[in-house]
Order: sequence, then structure tokens, then C-alpha cells
Amino acid sequence: MTLTQHDIDLEIAAERAAYEKRLADGAPVEHQPRRDYAPYRSSVLRHPKQPPVSIDVSKDPELVELHSPAFGERDITEIDNDLTRQHTGEPIGERITVEGRLLDRDGRPIRGQLVEIWQANSAGRYAHQREQHDAPLDPNFTGVGRTLTDDSGFYRFTTIQPGPYPWRQHVNAWRPAHIHFSVFGTAFTQRLVTQMYFPSDPLFPYDPIIQSVTDDAARQRLVATYDHSLSVPEFSMGYHWDIVLDGPHATWIEEGR
Amino acid sequence: MTKIDTSRPETVLPTPSHTVGPFYGHALPFPGGGDIAPLGHPDTIVLQGYVLDGEGDPLPDAFVELWGADPDGDVPRVDGSMRRDPASGGFLGRNGVEFTGWGRVQTDANGHWTARTLRPGARGLSAPYLSVCVFARGLLVHLFTRIYLPGDEASLAADPLLARVDEARRGTLIAEERGPAAYRFDIRLQGEGETVFLEFQ
Repeated sequence: MTLTQHDIDLEIAAERAAYEKRLADGAPVEHQPRRDYAPYRSSVLRHPKQPPVSIDVSKDPELVELHSPAFGERDITEIDNDLTRQHTGEPIGERITVEGRLLDRDGRPIRGQLVEIWQANSAGRYAHQREQHDAPLDPNFTGVGRTLTDDSGFYRFTTIQPGPYPWRQHVNAWRPAHIHFSVFGTAFTQRLVTQMYFPSDPLFPYDPIIQSVTDDAARQRLVATYDHSLSVPEFSMGYHWDIVLDGPHATWIEEGR
Repeated sequence: MTKIDTSRPETVLPTPSHTVGPFYGHALPFPGGGDIAPLGHPDTIVLQGYVLDGEGDPLPDAFVELWGADPDGDVPRVDGSMRRDPASGGFLGRNGVEFTGWGRVQTDANGHWTARTLRPGARGLSAPYLSVCVFARGLLVHLFTRIYLPGDEASLAADPLLARVDEARRGTLIAEERGPAAYRFDIRLQGEGETVFLEFQ
């Protein structure tokens, strides 16, 4: 039977109701999606059924997971954070600047760490061989960037507003426009891969991937804020998006590597 | 709101995770990602395995990150895992001399990954291990596990994590010896033989 958007809408509503019931029964707020979230079908065979084994990091400060791999100036080039300058010509689309801070759960900046991004072009197509969406490739846009956070934990990218795209999970399935982020903290436990969205996207209610974050406030933390002060005159629209890394870290190890 | 007010700790809440999706292949993997061991180093070990789903089918669209101590048990603080070439904008690869301790390898079309790194030394209370982080399309939050190496039974028996894991599942954390300094470690996301995954608190 063909899977429709209506089928997925009902499943999303059921997952949301189940979360609200858990909250009403006194369960804690869920800041992270559950790995078992059937409206996103690819999760069905790819989530563990056994509960994870918990490690209390305070019992052994020597755990290697309390440290993070190091990245430095050798690992990036000067223009890696400008996705509009990687080819001989100008990419097509609306130029944007995206800036924000990388923070830990105590609100402290994470300095000198690696932030990697990738995204579709303005027509909603990835420069990836297996992408099947019949939208034009842009010879002047690869959609891949990286940078290191500065001494205040800031990252900054110049890129093109990505387009939404269809993804065939169900009939008329569309992903809201987003930029993928991969970031490191001061501890490997803080590792994060996620997606940044744009304000007021009409596709949010229909997308089982953003809806996998069932908590309203948590889901809002995936949406950047338009920030006029980051818009560059005669050049780009500005967005601000802070990232807060979960996961315990050793407060006694030196910072700012 | 996504502008965090760090003067109000109650507003500093974690950014949710999302799946890596299917289209990271031109962004995250880099040449030599799994060649973590410096060239010709005598403590080099070779690791390989499959990433498998709940039906036992291999994942062609997953990647793993490995992170471990050096043979003395010290944490590497060296950058340069993904050196870039400022002239061409491409990758230079590792320099083959320094040990960063970290690597990233994607599964191939058969769901198979390989890496060469240095045999980790012991740290703290634990038997020697490599930390592993698994990412895949369909996986909404990455998964942590560990690769312990077989051989030193006393050290494995004294490991605080292994001691807490059910006997029946303990083996999923210990690689299988496949020759001199060569090991196999499969990662089963779900079902029979499901790998033990970890959360840190």
C-alpha cells in the first residue's frame, strides 16, 4: 500500500500524544529524539532494542571519551568556511551568513574545535552521486564547508540558502530546507551531528525527521534566528544559531586547546 | 530561540541530535581517514568489520569514528587528521608520522569498514580500548561503543564496564583476533547479537 503524507501525519500525532502522556505521568523532558521513531522509516531496523549501558564518568577521570580529538589550522583552509568561493564562478541562490556559538551545558564557549557543514544547493539538490532528485546541479556549488571555533566559541559560514527537496519516504515527502552540522566538543562524549533549519518553514509539521524531536522547545532549538545585524549590506541575509553540546565533560581538564 | 543567554543557566539546554542522512559522503569522509597509525609503526593494528541492521543486512551508508589512546596510554593532542591543501583546496591527508588517535571511516557498498591504528595502552581503571562512535542514515542519535582487544584476560576481567555487562553480551565489545595484530569487530545495531552501546553520565 502506498504510504501517504496523511499516514505519516497520524503517526507523528500519535508519537506526540505518547510523549505528552509520558510528561503528564512525570517523565523528564526529552531533549533528544528517540532512536526508535517509526514515522522516520529508516530508523525501524537501525535502532538498538536493548537499553544502553550507562557509564558514570565521575568514577574514572582517565576515560578516553572525556577527551576529544584535536583539530588545527592544518585541517582547514582559509576559505573552507565560505561555500560561495570554492569554484571559479558564483553559485546561484540567495547568499546567507550563518553565525553562532558552540557552548557546553554550562554555557562555556568551546574554543578551537571543528565544525563541519554540508547542504543542498539553492534548487534542493546535493552534489552527491546517489542523489536522485531531478533538480539542477550547480557547477559552482559543492555545499561542503568547515571551520574552527574562535576564542569566544564563535563559528561563521558564508553560503547559499539551501532549497527544500523531496526524499521519497512517502508520496510527496519534502524535507524543510536545512544545513547539516557535525561538531566536536572538549570531550568525545559531546560529539554531535544535527541539522539547522530556517525560521517559519511551512514544511516543519510534515517532516518526520524534525518531528522526531517531540519536545516543542527542543525542536525550536534546531531553528536559526534571522539576525539583521549579521546580514551583510549588498551581500547576504544573516542567521544566528547557537549550539549547546550535551554529554558530560571533565571540568578539570584544560580548556581552549 | 537559538540565541543562548549564557547568563541564565536554565536556558542553556542541549541542541537535539539528528540523523546524518544519506548525503554526507562528499562532506565528512576524507582520504586516509582510517589510516590512523603512523607509517611503519611497530604497534600498528588492523581493524575491520561490518555494520549490520536488525535483519542482519550490512549498512552501505554508515560511518564510524575511532578515538583511542597511544600505546603508552596517553591521549593524543595532535591535530592534522584531515590536513588540507591551501593551494588546491583538496586534502593532503595525514603526514604519516604523527599520531592523532582519531579517524573516520565509512562503510563501503558491502557495509564493510577497515582501519589501521595503534594498539591503545591502558588508562585509569580500564582495560585498553578504542572508543567508537557510529553514525548512519536512519540513526537519529549516534551510538557509542568500545572495541576491547582479546588476549589479556586478567585485564579484561578487571575492566569496570565489562564486569557490569551480562556475560551473554560481553563478547560484543571484544574484537575477534584474525591474525597477528589483526582484528574483526562487527557492529550490530539491533536484534540477535546486538552490540552493547553506551551512554555517559
